Amino acid sequence: MSVVVRTIARILVPVALLFGGYVILHGHLTPGGGFQGGAVAASAVALLLVAFGTSAVKGLKSPLSVLEDLGGVAFVVLGFLGIGYTFFFNVLAGSGGLFGAPVAPGPNPGYLNTGGTLPPMNWAVGFKVIGGLGAVVVLFALFGGGDDR
Amino acid sequence: MTILAVLQVLILLLIVAGSVLAVGLKDLLASVIALGASSLLLALQFYLLQAPDVAIAEAGVGAALTTAIFVLAIRKTRRKEEE
Repeated sequence: MSVVVRTIARILVPVALLFGGYVILHGHLTPGGGFQGGAVAASAVALLLVAFGTSAVKGLKSPLSVLEDLGGVAFVVLGFLGIGYTFFFNVLAGSGGLFGAPVAPGPNPGYLNTGGTLPPMNWAVGFKVIGGLGAVVVLFALFGGGDDR
Repeated sequence: MTILAVLQVLILLLIVAGSVLAVGLKDLLASVIALGASSLLLALQFYLLQAPDVAIAEAGVGAALTTAIFVLAIRKTRRKEEE
């Protein structure tokens, strides 16, 4: 693509990744969550691919694939953490540890350190969506030789 | 009520216009841009209808990823539609 597109992409790729991470991190407090943040972050991969061509993202194929696998496994493992009570039981909520602060009553005060296993699960889903959608776009570009015109 | 309703009707008309352009244009890259603009306006409409969750998903998947995939497909084939 042209130098204008490449310059804007160089600025916007970190911003898109950062906003995707923000949406995933605040998934239990604000609109959005693992899927939405992952889709925003995967659009950074697509922007990289459109602006810099297939050669820039050729090395990303197997890391994205591994990231998707890790996300899926992490989600199931987090589900099995509560198997002593029920599957998907929220063992971290209210425990006082990581993401375990008690939730204040009333309107959502936006305390990040709440939610129990939900924020880690949001990260698992987010990594799975980044890996899945990013790998789909990269594989689509690599299919059929991957010549840039 | 009035300003919001007028804005929503305007956005819906723009969505229809973008979709008609996306079908009708012979330059496929311009057609894809029209489709992306239509999708982004749909995300704005979701936000105005108080569904910000759906709006983020629509903006991420509909406006960004499908546009990128269509641009890649055009890069691998031809840009002009043949009669």
